[in-house]
Amino acid sequence: MNKLNTSSSELDLDGPNIEDYLPSGSIQEPHGELRLRDLLDISPTLAEAAGAIVDDSFTRCFKSNPPEPWNWNIYLFPLWCLGVVVRYMILFPLRVMVLILGWIVFLSCYFPVHFLLTGQEKLRKRLERGLVELICSFFVASWTGVVKYHGPRPSMRPKQVFVANHTSMIDFIVLEQMTAFAVIMQKHPGWVGLLQSTILESLGCIWFNRSEAKDREIVARKLREHVHGADNNPLLIFPEGTCVNNHYTVMFKKGAFELGCTVCPIAIKYNKIFVDAFWNSRKQSFTTHLLQLMTSWAVVCDVWYLEPQNLKPGETAIEFAERVRDIISVRAGLKKVPWDGYLKYSRPSPKHRERKQQSFAESILRRLEEK
Amino acid sequence: MGNGSSMLTQYDIEEVQEHCSNTFSQQEIVSLYQRFCQLDRNGGGFISADEFMTVPEFAVNPLSQRLLRMLDGLNFKEFVLFLSAFSSRASLQLKVEFIFKVYDSDGNGKVSFNDVLDILRDLTGQYIAEHQREHVLTQVLEEAGYTKDSLLVPADFMKILGSSDLKMEVEVPVD
Repeated sequence: MNKLNTSSSELDLDGPNIEDYLPSGSIQEPHGELRLRDLLDISPTLAEAAGAIVDDSFTRCFKSNPPEPWNWNIYLFPLWCLGVVVRYMILFPLRVMVLILGWIVFLSCYFPVHFLLTGQEKLRKRLERGLVELICSFFVASWTGVVKYHGPRPSMRPKQVFVANHTSMIDFIVLEQMTAFAVIMQKHPGWVGLLQSTILESLGCIWFNRSEAKDREIVARKLREHVHGADNNPLLIFPEGTCVNNHYTVMFKKGAFELGCTVCPIAIKYNKIFVDAFWNSRKQSFTTHLLQLMTSWAVVCDVWYLEPQNLKPGETAIEFAERVRDIISVRAGLKKVPWDGYLKYSRPSPKHRERKQQSFAESILRRLEEK
Repeated sequence: MGNGSSMLTQYDIEEVQEHCSNTFSQQEIVSLYQRFCQLDRNGGGFISADEFMTVPEFAVNPLSQRLLRMLDGLNFKEFVLFLSAFSSRASLQLKVEFIFKVYDSDGNGKVSFNDVLDILRDLTGQYIAEHQREHVLTQVLEEAGYTKDSLLVPADFMKILGSSDLKMEVEVPVD
């Protein structure tokens, strides 16, 4: 936490204008002669600061919202206990078995395919795709995923990229069981990292490290190469760059929107009746998160494949990203906030403060001239 | 799961209410306590400057550094007391006194020319030249019947700000 540093200015240029989103009610346009009172009265700025301390949109994006407890009643409590027994003693072992079975089937097919079919690239790729989709279906089955897919299934075509809102790593599994996407993702430690660097790499997935500025260029280059290849798996990007709790969307990074490709938005909305699918990586490891899902009744979610979008003439990459974010937010019923999700890892740049200072200074100077 | 609101008894709440002269309702205190626990990430019972700065909306405020001097290391009671100036139930007097405290950085009960200049510098940054800032401030001080060497006391602030419709209110979200 002490290593927080100001995000580089290059990053900030990506941002939508934060002032457009912040409440502006407190900033009244002053008129007339400048008086001492006008200089001394700092109440609007103070109220803004206190408002942010009491409640702020950024923290709300990453707040876990556990399902409402319903077991605090003498009639309901035994029922709830029964549920716990069923979930942990029956469902959970069954699900673990399903998952193990899945892995056995997957691994015993994957290795022969991967190492023996080296001559026939095309066939090998197709089989590997199928196998990854299969193991993802096993994962979804292991939390009794009730997923409703709306809209046409993505097909393999060059020059298109899929972008989706991001709640948890299970987004990826949910989408992957239908289509073998190549994904851009943060490099994770542990067993997830191992999977990333072995199996998923063969799908053309690209890994990076959020904190490495150098990685950003490499990823950008790899991205460009990937989308132009005809036989590559469709590319999936989570442009928020971090998991958000499925009530909000944070700023979309512009990278996916300046590739010169068609952007196909995907909206994912989880139903929280049984479990909160938000992965709060600060609080729990991915394993704990999976266990939580596997001991709940079911994971219910909706996936919408939305209308493909193209850059309009005269539109910048940032405006394009905002437009696509609009489409996804409306479909999934999410609220938009202007913050860069990376602010979880760094401080906002002084630029935003300077903009406030500038507007205050200008109002003072203007009123001086009025005299 | 971090839902600490149930840990506050009615006695606790009343104690805190008394501490902040009843500027917050019980519901609001409960909300503020939840928020306090959320900001107090390492659960130490107080919020450090670093923890306040994790709120981007606060971090971009021109006065955040100055306020941090008042905020750093507050426990819950002090946290509520700090915010009480922003309650709609707080008197005008309390609000003006709060603003005075923000100006009075050395806490000696007097606000000098330089104190005001410091705040003005925070608010305008590089967009007004230093000599112009001093010039403007000297001018408005003289117009209001003070000089560059006057030391302002809370009563002066009350006279200057008290008549205006000071609106310094923050609503505590209650669910």
